[in-house]
Amino acid sequence: MQDIDKVYPLAGENVHALKNVSLTMEEGEYLSVLGPSGSGKSTLMNIIGCLDIPTSGEYMLRGREVEDMDEQELAELRNREIGFIFQNSQLLPRLTARRNVELPLIYSGVKPKERRERAEKMLERVGLKDRMDHLPTQLSGGQQQRVAIARALVGNPSILLADEPTGALDQKTGAQIMQLFQELNEEKRTVIMITHDLKIASNARRVVHIIDGEITEGGLHDA
Amino acid sequence: MLNGARKRLIMVRESIVMALDNIRSNRVRSFLTLLGIMIGVMAVITLITTVSGVSGTLSSSFSSMGVGTLTVSVTGSDLKSGVTPEDLEVISNLDSVDGVVPSVSLNGRVSYGNNVQSGIAVSGRNSYYFILNQDMIVQGRPLNYIDDNNSSYVCVISQEIVDKFFLGKNPIGETLYISGLPFTIVGRYQEDSGGGVASIFSGSPAVLIPYTTAMQVNNSNDINSFTVYLKEGMDSSAAQEEIESTMDVLFDYEEDCFTVSSMESIEDTMNTMTTMLSSLLAGIASIALLVGGIGIMNMMLTTVTERTGEIGLKKALGAIPGQIQIQFLLESFLLSMIGGLLGVAFGLLLSFTLCQVLGTSFVLNIGAIVLGVGFSAAVGIVFGWAPARKASRLNPIDALRAV
Repeated sequence: MQDIDKVYPLAGENVHALKNVSLTMEEGEYLSVLGPSGSGKSTLMNIIGCLDIPTSGEYMLRGREVEDMDEQELAELRNREIGFIFQNSQLLPRLTARRNVELPLIYSGVKPKERRERAEKMLERVGLKDRMDHLPTQLSGGQQQRVAIARALVGNPSILLADEPTGALDQKTGAQIMQLFQELNEEKRTVIMITHDLKIASNARRVVHIIDGEITEGGLHDA
Repeated sequence: MLNGARKRLIMVRESIVMALDNIRSNRVRSFLTLLGIMIGVMAVITLITTVSGVSGTLSSSFSSMGVGTLTVSVTGSDLKSGVTPEDLEVISNLDSVDGVVPSVSLNGRVSYGNNVQSGIAVSGRNSYYFILNQDMIVQGRPLNYIDDNNSSYVCVISQEIVDKFFLGKNPIGETLYISGLPFTIVGRYQEDSGGGVASIFSGSPAVLIPYTTAMQVNNSNDINSFTVYLKEGMDSSAAQEEIESTMDVLFDYEEDCFTVSSMESIEDTMNTMTTMLSSLLAGIASIALLVGGIGIMNMMLTTVTERTGEIGLKKALGAIPGQIQIQFLLESFLLSMIGGLLGVAFGLLLSFTLCQVLGTSFVLNIGAIVLGVGFSAAVGIVFGWAPARKASRLNPIDALRAV
């Protein structure tokens, strides 16, 4: 299986958001990146998520060089390989849960019928079978985040990239989401979670700390 | 694995759904924006359709009245200030000419008893005029060649004169004073409902008298205007040349003594004028379209700014710049098209109403509709381009952060 290697010293003008960061991930890993705000963890997430490319250094994602790609190639790569989960779920307010989940499939050109089936299956997987035709505003915070997870999963990406996935949730709902991540990881999906919360981070099998753009390995064992 | 064309098709269809959704969710703003386009297209359609309706009616009345006639107006020279009855005789004996109707106007006071009216149009005609228009006399008799030859003091009157002087009375046999001279009323005529060509230019006369009598009253031997009726099947331009050369002889080849005009040439001039008028009006109306287009651009720019987060998210989920651009371009295109189609509908309604009010025929002008719809489509694309491009170029990281 292909591994994910990345090495990047990044110089954004004068600010070194990331300094000589090297990180290797295996497929099926559950990693969390822990760091306070301003530590460079968002920058790291953008690069892992192929939203941005490093100023220098190399990023290999499943055997593909990312740093030389143009915007279109990056978009296709994101579509296929990365499932994003954002802090405030980022659902389109005018679309139903199912239409929101279908969105990545629209961009990969999946036919409407297949798209619908896959979206429904994914919503079922996250336990929202009876909420498919609800608008985001008709759903609770936890349910919204589940829709976002379904959306991240529907394209069958190799990496699930979550940025403060429980940041906007209360503890109990947060724990449920964490439970869901645990299950997804057990299904051999790679999960990367970016957070500033040690408790959340400790759900992962492996934790790296990022402070001032530099990474230190803090390998926790099973949570 | 992925068929590019099919993928694009799916994408376009989704974009249409999303665009309509966005237009719907901003109902008031969308409506106000497309109102600009709507008004512009409506103005274009209404103006073009109405003007072409009016000119159609005009030219059909021209051709019904004017076929086979030539109008001669005479300004005369120092030596010869008009044509004489003898000159008319020469012209009416030309091969192509069937007959000639002189028109000698008097603008006199008309009175009956104590009732005096001024400003009534009195015109001298000949018997040939009444032969041509056999149906016009509704009571009494027409003027005949004996009246012409004797310069009789007789007249035929229109409904206008009946209304002014003889309400509830039989006018036949009564004496009407024109410029102080007594005329016996011998007949009453009904004006042609179409108005006739003469009435378009000079207003229809209310009293007709023998032209010879009119010249006596005017105390001159000049005729300054007459209409030549050609024999059936005669080519009017050939006849026109023949008449012109005859007139040249009569006026001893002096310049600028007369003009001969055919109805065809007048109609041509008229058509040129209405075409010019309608393109001018359409030009003015398209300024409204331009303003509407700027409105669309303004709205789209606002929309792009408002939906920065959405754009960022879609990009994160794998939308390529082209897809974002298509989505926004389609939105402005559809917005503009909806405005355009509404404009066509309202424009047709309005011009139909106007044509009814003006009494002209309503002709569906396909050209105007195509122009209106085409213009609004073009406006949508042209003015949607810059905002859509702006949206497609947003950096996904910045765009996501904007939420």
